[in-house]
Amino acid sequence: MAKKTMIEAINEAMEQEMEQNERVIVLGEDVGRNGGVFRATDGLQARFGEDRVIDTPLAESGIVGTAVGLSVNGFRPIAEIQFLGFVYETMDQLSAQAARLRFRSAGRFHAPIVIRSPYGGGVRTPELHSDSLEGLFTHSPGLKVVMPSNAYDAKGLLISAIRDDDPVVFLEPMKLYRAIRMEVPDEAYTLPIGKANVVKKGSDLTIVTWGATVPLVTKISEEFMTHGIDIEVIDLRALQPLDIDTIIQSVEKTTKLVIVHEAVRNNGFGAEISAVVNERALFSLSAPIVRVTGYDTPYPVPTMEDNWLPNADRITTKVKELLAY
Amino acid sequence: MYDESTLVKEKFQLLDENGQFDDSKGYDFDDDLLVKMYKWMVKMRSFDVRLLKMQRQGRIGTYAPFSGQEAAQIGSAVALDLKDWIFPSYREIAACVTHGLPMKQVLLYVKGHFEGGEIPKELNIFPIQIIIAAQALHATGCAWASKLKGEKQVSVSYFGDGATSEGDFHEALNFASVHKVPTIFFCQNNQWAISVPLKKQTVSSTIAQKAIAYGMKGVRVDGNDVLAVYQVMKEAVARARNGEGPTLIEAVTYRQGPHTTADDPTKYREEKEVENWINVKDPITRFRQFLEKKNLWTVSQEEALQKTCNEEIDQAIQEAEEEPLIPTYAAFDYVYAEGNTLLQEQKEEVQRNGQRREDV
Repeated sequence: MAKKTMIEAINEAMEQEMEQNERVIVLGEDVGRNGGVFRATDGLQARFGEDRVIDTPLAESGIVGTAVGLSVNGFRPIAEIQFLGFVYETMDQLSAQAARLRFRSAGRFHAPIVIRSPYGGGVRTPELHSDSLEGLFTHSPGLKVVMPSNAYDAKGLLISAIRDDDPVVFLEPMKLYRAIRMEVPDEAYTLPIGKANVVKKGSDLTIVTWGATVPLVTKISEEFMTHGIDIEVIDLRALQPLDIDTIIQSVEKTTKLVIVHEAVRNNGFGAEISAVVNERALFSLSAPIVRVTGYDTPYPVPTMEDNWLPNADRITTKVKELLAY
Repeated sequence: MYDESTLVKEKFQLLDENGQFDDSKGYDFDDDLLVKMYKWMVKMRSFDVRLLKMQRQGRIGTYAPFSGQEAAQIGSAVALDLKDWIFPSYREIAACVTHGLPMKQVLLYVKGHFEGGEIPKELNIFPIQIIIAAQALHATGCAWASKLKGEKQVSVSYFGDGATSEGDFHEALNFASVHKVPTIFFCQNNQWAISVPLKKQTVSSTIAQKAIAYGMKGVRVDGNDVLAVYQVMKEAVARARNGEGPTLIEAVTYRQGPHTTADDPTKYREEKEVENWINVKDPITRFRQFLEKKNLWTVSQEEALQKTCNEEIDQAIQEAEEEPLIPTYAAFDYVYAEGNTLLQEQKEEVQRNGQRREDV
């Protein structure tokens, strides 16, 4: 076992799945010779050839739409959307086509596709490169939505996603691609899609988060711990399917819930979690549920993004308010 | 062989509006094939007319009739092997049935039965596409898969003239030509996208000429001439199977009826135009005149065929109407391969509601 970054773990997951199943192929913009703009597919074309690691024309709807056709005729395409902000170009092929195929055909067809895409803020990108758009996909029945927060989870979840018989939107926090190295097994392994990870057990308050914000929330919880405040941190890993039991068990124990996500607040996935907790554990709560999220503006310019994102100051302030409630 | 340089501008035609066959081009067709295609055209016209009636009677939901487009759909579908794939939109019922889809299955679809989209396992037909041009990409991807696997199937997407304005049309043609995949883009230019005429979709003088921009073979054909359609389709299929890449076919035809049963075309089309296409250019009348001249078809055969068609349609309708409905809760099993907590709870709620209503 070696220490790997998330981007290395993602690359390794694809390489190993392509190795063991010749029907796994990669397609997208710049994924071939260039190895992807973040090097996620680095070396794959050299190893597996141009028929299995395909530089497509620059067209997101074309990438996902042809992936649907490829998937019904025997392949397991891994389609890359270069940045998640470009996904609007292919929303029909994702939400109206891939997502609904099993249902539309009463089970005759299905689309085993993985749609990988980098997302998330704090990287000083141009416009529409940093948006967190997971709510678009959780609102599309038929799609699974996976959002890993570290290298180990990314590899196991991506292998599960490639083997999954349903379309999986696999969102990779670009800020974390190379931020942290951690032990990642060299061999292939899977993690169940829909099982949350309790990153830190605690008894005073629960923070539910996913993807890009998990390391920040974990760090904040450790700082609170030095002051004797024991926060439980749940990394959802996947939003669809949602691990409701882990959330409810935690809230029943701590009685206080903070939800942290980078996506805009209005109709964000935090609202869904809040509703689910209200429906199932209202009387376990000792205080209102709090959300710390991106604000309800378009994702702002780089000189503003640090104030816009759920940063350490915003999260800490809200946690303190809730603890004092 | 037809002249490639002019065909994107001129319509390839073998049978004129009076059923006169153009001998000069040197084509000959097997008598059995001619009769087979004619029988399909008559059966599909009868089916279409019946479905319209059933909609008026409230026995099916909104329906998009295809009368007038039988030559385009049947001529193209007959040129395929059973293993070839077709990706239809909602107005391609005749192509689907010719390619093997049972009429009962069509009836389940238009009745809104949950299994309407459950294409029988042995058929390579995609469920009916509602979103305009989306299926062109699916056919391209499917054909690409055949190429990667070294298999010989071709994939055909069917769409109308309006679809050529969509981004997915462009992306599909571009992907298909760049990767030289065995797919055929079969455009039925029926002149109208609901109420919008072709001249408001494009200023290109033909749809077929758009192929030139993609470095792709383009063919313009009289879509009401079943022989010409069959011939250009057969050649496009042969090219695709032979690794020579995709073809865009523009079949010039006409939607004789409304866009759907919810549409009133008298609001936007001249009666004269419609009458001309029905009375002068109808694809079935023209073909029957040809067959009669060749002594391949008689009045008594026509009567017998009408009777058989009606019997088959009656039978399909009866089977579809007797098909038990799928309970709503069963739909939850087709969202994912496996269920999840929230879906399971909703399914159980629907089951409980159903039981409560039955208790009452």
